[in-house]
Amino acid sequence: MQQHFMKLADYVTTQLTGSEIATSYLVAEKSDFVRFNHAKVRQPGSVTQANLQVRLINGQKQTAVTLGLVGDLEQDKALIREQLTSMRELLPHLPDDPHLLINTDVQSSEQVADNTLMDTSDMVDDILGQSEGLDCVGILASGSNYRGFANSLGQRNWFANHNFNWDWSLVHSVDKAVKSSYAGTEWSSSDFAEKMTDAKAQLKLLALPSKTLSPGAVRAYLSPVALDEILGLVSWGGFGLASHKNKTTPLLSLLDGDDRLSEHFTLFEDVVGGVAPDFQADGFRRPNRVSLIDNGIMTGALVSPRSAKEFGVDTTGADGGESPDSLHVLGGTLPRADVLQALDTGVYIGNLWYLNYSDRAAGRMTGMTRFATFWVENGEIVAPLNVMRFDDSVLRMLGSELEALTVEQDLLLSASSYFNRSTASSRLPGALLKNFEFTL
Amino acid sequence: MLQRISEYFRQVCPSDIHFASLRYVEEITEVVGIRKSVLQPVDKAIDRGVMVTVFHNGGMGYAATADLSLSGIRSAFQQAMGWAERTAGKLVFDADSLELPHSNGSYQSPVSRKWTDVSFSEKLDLLNTIDKQLPVDERIIEWSASLMNIRTESLYITNHGGEIHQQWEMLAPDMMAVAHSNGQTQKRSFGSRGISQQSGWELFERVPYANEGARIANEAIQLLEAPDCPSGKMDLILMPDQMMLQIHESIGHPLELDRILGDERNYAGTSFVTMDMFGSYQYGSELLNVTFDPTVSEEFASYGFDDHGTKAEKTFLIRDGVLEKPLGAAISQSRANIDGVANSRACSWNRPAMDRMSNLNIEPGDKSLDDLVASVERGVLMHTNTSWSIDDSRNKFQFGCEMGELIENGERKGIVKNPNYRGISATFWRALKGVGNRSTFEVLGTPYCGKGEPNQVIRVGHASPACLFGNVDVFGGA
Repeated sequence: MQQHFMKLADYVTTQLTGSEIATSYLVAEKSDFVRFNHAKVRQPGSVTQANLQVRLINGQKQTAVTLGLVGDLEQDKALIREQLTSMRELLPHLPDDPHLLINTDVQSSEQVADNTLMDTSDMVDDILGQSEGLDCVGILASGSNYRGFANSLGQRNWFANHNFNWDWSLVHSVDKAVKSSYAGTEWSSSDFAEKMTDAKAQLKLLALPSKTLSPGAVRAYLSPVALDEILGLVSWGGFGLASHKNKTTPLLSLLDGDDRLSEHFTLFEDVVGGVAPDFQADGFRRPNRVSLIDNGIMTGALVSPRSAKEFGVDTTGADGGESPDSLHVLGGTLPRADVLQALDTGVYIGNLWYLNYSDRAAGRMTGMTRFATFWVENGEIVAPLNVMRFDDSVLRMLGSELEALTVEQDLLLSASSYFNRSTASSRLPGALLKNFEFTL
Repeated sequence: MLQRISEYFRQVCPSDIHFASLRYVEEITEVVGIRKSVLQPVDKAIDRGVMVTVFHNGGMGYAATADLSLSGIRSAFQQAMGWAERTAGKLVFDADSLELPHSNGSYQSPVSRKWTDVSFSEKLDLLNTIDKQLPVDERIIEWSASLMNIRTESLYITNHGGEIHQQWEMLAPDMMAVAHSNGQTQKRSFGSRGISQQSGWELFERVPYANEGARIANEAIQLLEAPDCPSGKMDLILMPDQMMLQIHESIGHPLELDRILGDERNYAGTSFVTMDMFGSYQYGSELLNVTFDPTVSEEFASYGFDDHGTKAEKTFLIRDGVLEKPLGAAISQSRANIDGVANSRACSWNRPAMDRMSNLNIEPGDKSLDDLVASVERGVLMHTNTSWSIDDSRNKFQFGCEMGELIENGERKGIVKNPNYRGISATFWRALKGVGNRSTFEVLGTPYCGKGEPNQVIRVGHASPACLFGNVDVFGGA
């Protein structure tokens, strides 16, 4: 794949005329996807796909086409040639783009994993064997992910990883289930068995008579996965410079300095600690760390090249959506082993689901509890909780109501596969809240 | 090229396979947009490939590739066959008893003026016109407008002579304005691509777009100055651009048969609907009539055949409030032993088909919008979805809209901001007490319905009149 991409990138350069500049950005994968239901296979298959975005720039004018590559060098060259001609015809009709920022600082790089994955069929057999007799449902994704950037100024960046992500649930009944994840580069049957044992232990707790809470405020513990859902919603137009400038960020009061989060809360984009490429679609490299919130105070933003040009600041190598790829929240002082004792009486929230805003400008959001969520009394789990809707402000949850963060953090690898397998991740602790508002 | 692909498939597929299919998809997407008087980089994507699917000896498999050569299709077939061999006897359903159709036919979107026949300057002129309308005063700090065109062609062939050729052209215009003042931000849009239809440029003869910029921006400013939506149990009128979301989340998804069968429990969720409910369950009041209808000519997800070759037909899912049929296609129907509809769909060549919505509509009633408003003593009328959240059984929901209007004693009394409401699907639809007539009916759709593992985002259509619900838990912001 790398060789194919580099040859195409070279070819693009040879096709340029006059003062034209071109960039090429590849998103490709060779993946197996096996879907399971009731501990049997539902849909198994393989997908090979490669999409190449070619951007043609002349002066301050630009246009781009994303092409699905065939994989044959001559056929792909012909596709590129045809689209370069179309783009060249369109360019004179376009006005200058005042927000076009070209990366002229040539910084090539290579991040290539050297592991070999186990055959997916063997993983499937292990899953079927270990989930026998259980109601197991989920998705196994395994294979190689590729990203490449090249420009006609000579920059070449390449990223390749080979990993699996088995994202699954053990269902007790209807909507009572334990959600788990096993992701990595080397499948180990014993590691998987350990995770399965943990999940089975939680499954037993779901067999206890369940409890329905009345709406109102309760003490709550958010697992790292639950906190990830909250930060995932905030990441949707919350940390980008464009959202700060157009005042649509849900963190508006932090931005305006009218509010702050807990002094224990520090959050940053951690490119080194994540698993995403350290370059973006326009070829800008990402700094190791971009500070976003420091001890509760907003300190920065993710800045795409377009925003950088528009607002006269440096880019942080963010893509156009200005969402984080490798979010990191610093751990706190609460050992995970002491979480139930510290919670005392309240709700242990394993997962949240389907979050959205009740009042975006005020940072107020709503969502549901899901999967393993329990009622805790005197530091002991006493009942699984029937699903509840919360409606609360992220400024309150991570501000006045944040009592503690766990010492330990989890690295959560995204299982998202819209269009292609994600390379995003987050490294998060759990969060103990003095109050969490349930409404329905 | 399509004939060549068809020949290749027939060459590589042995005659003794229980079932095999090849689905070719080519899709070209173009987005032209303007933001704050700056033309955004023109975005064009061209994607094509095939998915080969095999059911054989109690196993199944698929393989997707963009390599359309004989060797590429042979390799894909062998991969799919390999999966079928390795999963024989391990499937959650009986692949041997599955009988998928081998249909022949075609479908084409009704288009009178193709996107490619419209000059770039005409597209730009339209966007520039709207761009000039949107910044009505300095409180409008962000604005944009864009046009998305999608052209799709598919060929579906099976190992026993099935061949279906379908072509679509779609257009989805949008615009939005953000108003900000005194620490407050409000946004109005043209529906966040809710006006998505199968159409060429003639869409703009049916849908007012070119002169809507000032209205959108003025409403955003009015929202800054408006009181918050009141809280309490009251009547609620939902306009079609919110009904679209209400139908989608609390009728469409819970009726998907693959959810009911448990396929989505690890991701999109399960359903409060159970198999025993079909034929008897009172889903809503007797005013509720819901149809699966991929035959509405301009609606976004119309087609002639689904992705397993089943012919598409209009079907009542809920009639006079009673649940009749699920949104389940051939494989789910076979697994659950129940009739369904032609709704097996994949987002593209690189994802397998599963139960999706296509067009899911509410049939119009007999009330004008004035009739609906006049019947409300105290309530709120809501426009345009902005927030959606629902539990994984598709029961407890909370939805928010861009703009509300207070209604008192049968009259509209002015705009209210941050309108939200919450409820439970199982009881909400039974509180339906008024259904708008044809004059309130709009054909809408969205490109963004997410579901499935691996994940898929797909286009759906929703046509609905305005509807009135009683005793709904309504509330405002902050």
